[in-house]
Amino acid sequence: MTAVSFEGAEARIGGTTIWRDVSLTVERGQFVAVLGPNGSGKSTLVRAVLGLQPLAAGSASVLGRPPGEANDRIGYLPQRRSFDESTRIRGADVVRLGLDGARWGLPLPGARSRAATRRVAEVIELVSATAYADKPIGELSGGEQQRLLIAQALARRPQLLLLDEPLDSLDLPNQAGVAALVRSICREEDVTVLLVAHDVNPILGYLDGVIYVAGGTAVEGAPEDVISAETLSALYGVPIDVLRASDGRLVVVGAPDLHGHHAH
Amino acid sequence: MGGSWWSARPTCTGTMLTSSVFTGLSWNPVDDVHALFTYPFMQHALAAGTIVAVMAGVIGWFMVLRRQTFAGHTLSLTAFTGASAAVLAGVPIVLGYFTVCGLGALALAGASGPRRSQGTESAATGSIQAFALGLGFLFVSLYHGVLNGLDSLLFGTFLGITSSQVLVLLVVAVVAIALVAVAARPLLFASVDPDVARASGVRVQLLGLGFLLVLGLSVAETSQITGALLVFALLVTPAATAQRLTTRPLAGVVLSVALALLVTWLGLALAYFSVYPVGFYITSLSFALYVLARVFA
Ligand SMILES: Nc1ncnc2c1ncn2[C@@H]1O[C@H](COP(=O)(O)OP(=O)(O)OP(=O)(O)O)[C@@H](O)[C@H]1O
Ligand SMILES: [Mg+2]
Repeated sequence: MTAVSFEGAEARIGGTTIWRDVSLTVERGQFVAVLGPNGSGKSTLVRAVLGLQPLAAGSASVLGRPPGEANDRIGYLPQRRSFDESTRIRGADVVRLGLDGARWGLPLPGARSRAATRRVAEVIELVSATAYADKPIGELSGGEQQRLLIAQALARRPQLLLLDEPLDSLDLPNQAGVAALVRSICREEDVTVLLVAHDVNPILGYLDGVIYVAGGTAVEGAPEDVISAETLSALYGVPIDVLRASDGRLVVVGAPDLHGHHAH
Repeated sequence: MGGSWWSARPTCTGTMLTSSVFTGLSWNPVDDVHALFTYPFMQHALAAGTIVAVMAGVIGWFMVLRRQTFAGHTLSLTAFTGASAAVLAGVPIVLGYFTVCGLGALALAGASGPRRSQGTESAATGSIQAFALGLGFLFVSLYHGVLNGLDSLLFGTFLGITSSQVLVLLVVAVVAIALVAVAARPLLFASVDPDVARASGVRVQLLGLGFLLVLGLSVAETSQITGALLVFALLVTPAATAQRLTTRPLAGVVLSVALALLVTWLGLALAYFSVYPVGFYITSLSFALYVLARVFA
């Protein structure tokens, strides 16, 4: 089963072509990383999968439907979203919005409402955010917010997870923790994952495929082909090394901006 | 119209207001409460105040959450523009309120695009507000003859409300609250988390416009009674206080309504037994609550 497929797709924003001739296929249940330099169009690709970015040419199919028509089966974490201190809404309520926030009418007390409350508690537990889920989301740290937002994306048991730089504001142990969490959801619940990343190391061991976006197009490949010194150096236009650590894992070492791309 | 409540002792003797009404406190609570409900003008004022407080409590909670207090303020000032335009054109004032508040809502929705920053948006809102206020004063000055209603355009006619006005107010409030209740969850989603809401199929833009129209509708209707200035006090202060005190959406809305009711009833009662205007009491009471909530919560 194919989760996402693009055929000769092109995206244009305000008359400028971001990428074109994009043809790719992501099979159901795969864990795929989307790599590429800043401004290359990774977020645009994710938005195109959601139907938020219309295609200027070509065609696409997402979970067997045109983009935008299967969004209730997709969990989405946009890039670098943070709530400022004045947002006086509990984390748990933000997670709940991911479950039934698009429904009209007020939630009536009853079996359905209790099930919703249980599901919210469950996903919050899954991302280990129970300790702070009842605090106003604006008062949480970036990493704590990120965990709750991942829980929000998981709330509806999506078949496809689109995570735009989910590891962005996490410290190293948390990056590894969230990466492992996403991987286990992918394996155990057969969820397809498209994960945009700048630092590929935390997810390197889990990948089924890589989509790299650069030079006005996007290409997919097997991780072992893309995660090589030559390909990555060409992709980012700076020298990058791929080393093998003593335990056999690959480590990408490169220009500092592969890790710290975003100045704060 | 009856005397504007701005001058507490009514200066003009309407059908239902004479200064002899104000007897002062007897210090017997039963008698005093009884006195509050004796005169039709007080009954109407209490009914209208209750309706306005409930509506403002609900809509204000969303307004504060959406950080649209500035937009709400602008709409309440366009209500003044609408009223003065109607007086000048010789059409019913209600028509002026609704037309101009509706136009104001459209203009504000245009100013708040999806990728517009908070800064751009408030600059645009400020420009709209200044323009609306300027137009209002132009209309007032173009209106030759005595526009003795200027006070009540700004400060309302709380103590001169008729029973048919109460009925209209009730209808508007029921419609506005019903609309907000039906859209409550998508509106909350769109307010807190627009990107994900959009991806989940929520029409964020449309809801934003719809909310401004409902805000404009309620402001337009409410201003006729409480005046353009007081409606804003009831919209923003109880809601902002409630959001300091609780982070649960439903509890927040309920608390916001309760606080709006409390200050309105207390304000009306205090004004009845004293020489100072209702508006002063309502604004001061809600301000005091807000300060308390900020200091202690
Ligand atoms: N609303 C917009 N208006 C105009 N140009 C835009 C808009 N959004 C994105 N772009 C342009 O589209 C290009 C791709 O943007 P996109 O956000 O997809 O990049 P990205 O690969 O996700 O970058 P990053 O690594 O910084 O997140 C950029 O050059 C950007 O300037
Ligand atoms: Mg991006």
